[in-house]
Amino acid sequence: MAILLTKDTTFIVQGITGREAVNLTRECLDYGSRVVGGVTPGRKGRDVHGVPVFDTVGQAVEHHGAPVDGSVVTVPPAFTKDAVLEAIENGVNLIVVVTERIPRRDVAEMVELASIRGARIIGPNCLGLIVPEVCKMGGIGGPAKDAAKAYAPGPVGVMSRSGGMTTEISSSLTQAGLGVSTAISIGGDAIIGSTYAELMPHFEADEQTRAIVIYTEPGGRMEAQLSEWVAENDSRLPIIAFMAGKFMDDAEMQGMSFGHAGTIVEGKEDTAAEKIARLEAAGIRVVERIDEIPGAVKERLEAG
Amino acid sequence: MSDGALDGIFIAVEVDASVSDDAELARRLEEVCPVDIFEAGDGGVEIVASNLDECVLCNLCVEAAPDGAVTIRRLYAE
Amino acid sequence: MRFFEYESRRIVELAGIPVTRYGFCRSAEEARAAAEEIGGPVVIKSQVLSGGRMKAGGVKFADSPGEAEAHAAEILELEIGGQMPRGVLVDPKAEIKQEYYAGVVWDGTRKQPLMLFSDMGGIDIEEVADQHPEHVGRGHLSNLLPISDFEAKQVIAATGVSGSQLNRATPVLARLARLFRERDMTLAEINPLAELTDGSFVALDAHMEMENEAKPRQKGLLEGELEIAPDETREPYEPSEFERHVSAIDAADHRGVIQGKDHGFEGNLGLVIGAGGGSLTLTDAVRSQGGRPANYSEIGGNPSVAKSCGLAKEVLQKDGVSKIAVMMSIVSNTRVDIVARGVIKACLELGRDPGETIAIFRIPGAWEEEGFKILERYGVEYCDRSVSMWEAAGRAVAKIQGEGVASQ
Repeated sequence: MAILLTKDTTFIVQGITGREAVNLTRECLDYGSRVVGGVTPGRKGRDVHGVPVFDTVGQAVEHHGAPVDGSVVTVPPAFTKDAVLEAIENGVNLIVVVTERIPRRDVAEMVELASIRGARIIGPNCLGLIVPEVCKMGGIGGPAKDAAKAYAPGPVGVMSRSGGMTTEISSSLTQAGLGVSTAISIGGDAIIGSTYAELMPHFEADEQTRAIVIYTEPGGRMEAQLSEWVAENDSRLPIIAFMAGKFMDDAEMQGMSFGHAGTIVEGKEDTAAEKIARLEAAGIRVVERIDEIPGAVKERLEAG
Repeated sequence: MSDGALDGIFIAVEVDASVSDDAELARRLEEVCPVDIFEAGDGGVEIVASNLDECVLCNLCVEAAPDGAVTIRRLYAE
Repeated sequence: MRFFEYESRRIVELAGIPVTRYGFCRSAEEARAAAEEIGGPVVIKSQVLSGGRMKAGGVKFADSPGEAEAHAAEILELEIGGQMPRGVLVDPKAEIKQEYYAGVVWDGTRKQPLMLFSDMGGIDIEEVADQHPEHVGRGHLSNLLPISDFEAKQVIAATGVSGSQLNRATPVLARLARLFRERDMTLAEINPLAELTDGSFVALDAHMEMENEAKPRQKGLLEGELEIAPDETREPYEPSEFERHVSAIDAADHRGVIQGKDHGFEGNLGLVIGAGGGSLTLTDAVRSQGGRPANYSEIGGNPSVAKSCGLAKEVLQKDGVSKIAVMMSIVSNTRVDIVARGVIKACLELGRDPGETIAIFRIPGAWEEEGFKILERYGVEYCDRSVSMWEAAGRAVAKIQGEGVASQ
């Protein structure tokens, strides 16, 4: 069954005439996703790979003749909030924000409005999500042939703070004969639309998903939140976690910024060692090496 | 060449002598190449050697020229 | 982005929060003049971005303008936390009745700003929250609604503060919250917020941090009011030559993104790696298997041959680097063959054998078959996606260690 996307999911691309958007539109179409329109203000009448371009989200929805399920937003940071608010206010319920470097205040506003309206934001600063052989929303996995190679359908739900690592981990699960139910690049910023814990209920309710793998980094309290969620909800899903950036625990590295915006290490609570301890206390298996993930998943699936 | 820079070690571009002085072709090649390998000079088509290795194998130059007039060689595959 | 205390003071002053009649001085003579104007005992405070000023002797009291001048002269020459002060703050020595704490931070779990207030100011708020939780008031702010004073009032009242103190502290916290929002701060603290003997409230110290992503839209404050040059990054440390060179190469060409850091790294294995999460994973994998990275790096987007060549050359030219490992997580956007050309070219331009110099090349993904052809031609050891990032890192470490032994 998978989560969030089905064969019928329709979505638009906001900022569709931009270089990155033109590419990912081609990729999504080739993958079989239903990209029903694009929005770039002022460019109504054009088309990108056959997808009609409109000035407003409202026009795109009207053209489609039915509510549009999702949007992939690639609009530059100064305009992203406006684009996302427009999508929300025009009934779009699943919004993937690819753009990076959006000021935190803007992200917080988008996320709060989405929450009030019952919409879900994935990202920002993410590559999107994919249900293998069903639908791809965003640049995740790259061109359709490459995405097909890395993402085979299966029982593992993948959530990752890094876009590239979503595919790396999913590929290793595919190579191991396991496969993925849904893979989500949740984004690298300090505030994101959907955290691990917030997505867990969807995976929990999905019959196809029988295990979860998360990729995480130091910085932020998302792992603590997940640990709390697991403790409070008698989850049937075994969770395997891999954490990168452990070298940042070293004294010389304190205060430096590596990787994503959300990874500035300050104070004890955010260090890799503490996070790992907390995850393990909640029954989440933390693997030391990235190549241990498929084996750990197999073990838990067999035990389950 | 500055500070040991090497040009054209991976890619060679050959333009047939019969068309290399064609100003119109030179202009078209300059326009289509996304990495500025071609320049429309006084004598026609000029190759900017320092950009040769940036070739992305898009083939737009080959398509913009008469059949066989422009050849892209992947030196590492020969 | 961090601010100096004198800048933070100005920021809160602009927000309508009372501050002392302070003076920012760049010389001892200026400090004397400021002390004369204040006309009373003063505090001289070093203006550096690092903490621990008190301990290091960067905060001194002076009873006369002469003493102020002498202390300022000393403090201006005092290095604290590896930094030289850019000036001193001259503050009137306050007649304090009580110290409070007022702050606003982001709560990443709630995804809203969080106001904090305590009637136990002047000390570490984390300690107070830990040991005296009833003395810390908290309240979240909606991101969408205007900030109303009562929200701040509730937070303060929760600590038991009442009377005129409540009425004076409320607008301070409310204005701090509005400034946090309007100025895109990630942290806005006043500690201590002092109640003076005359009943007035003043911000005696302020600590602000602004989000880097917001700098383009805060030009009015940054460049206009505070006169901060747009290229001032205020990193916690001075960038190294390696870091500056890599930044310059990145800035010169818009095709793709490269980043390099070597602060805190001292090793013989150069890392030409990506992307963000991949770089973190690979750096861990190298170290966990006994390798000693000479640097950290990130390749992102679709860099030109010149860009990846430039990065690889900078890494190879670092002291003590004998080999580089070129590794990334599976790439969709970055072209394997273009990176291969770049790193091989770097070796050749430095007169080195790519096969010897590149310990391992592990980048699976877009255009990999083409990339493999190039790598094979130049005798570079490579592996595909069937070899994990961990294993590839291990092979690089084994190779460089083997070389170390062999060359003895």
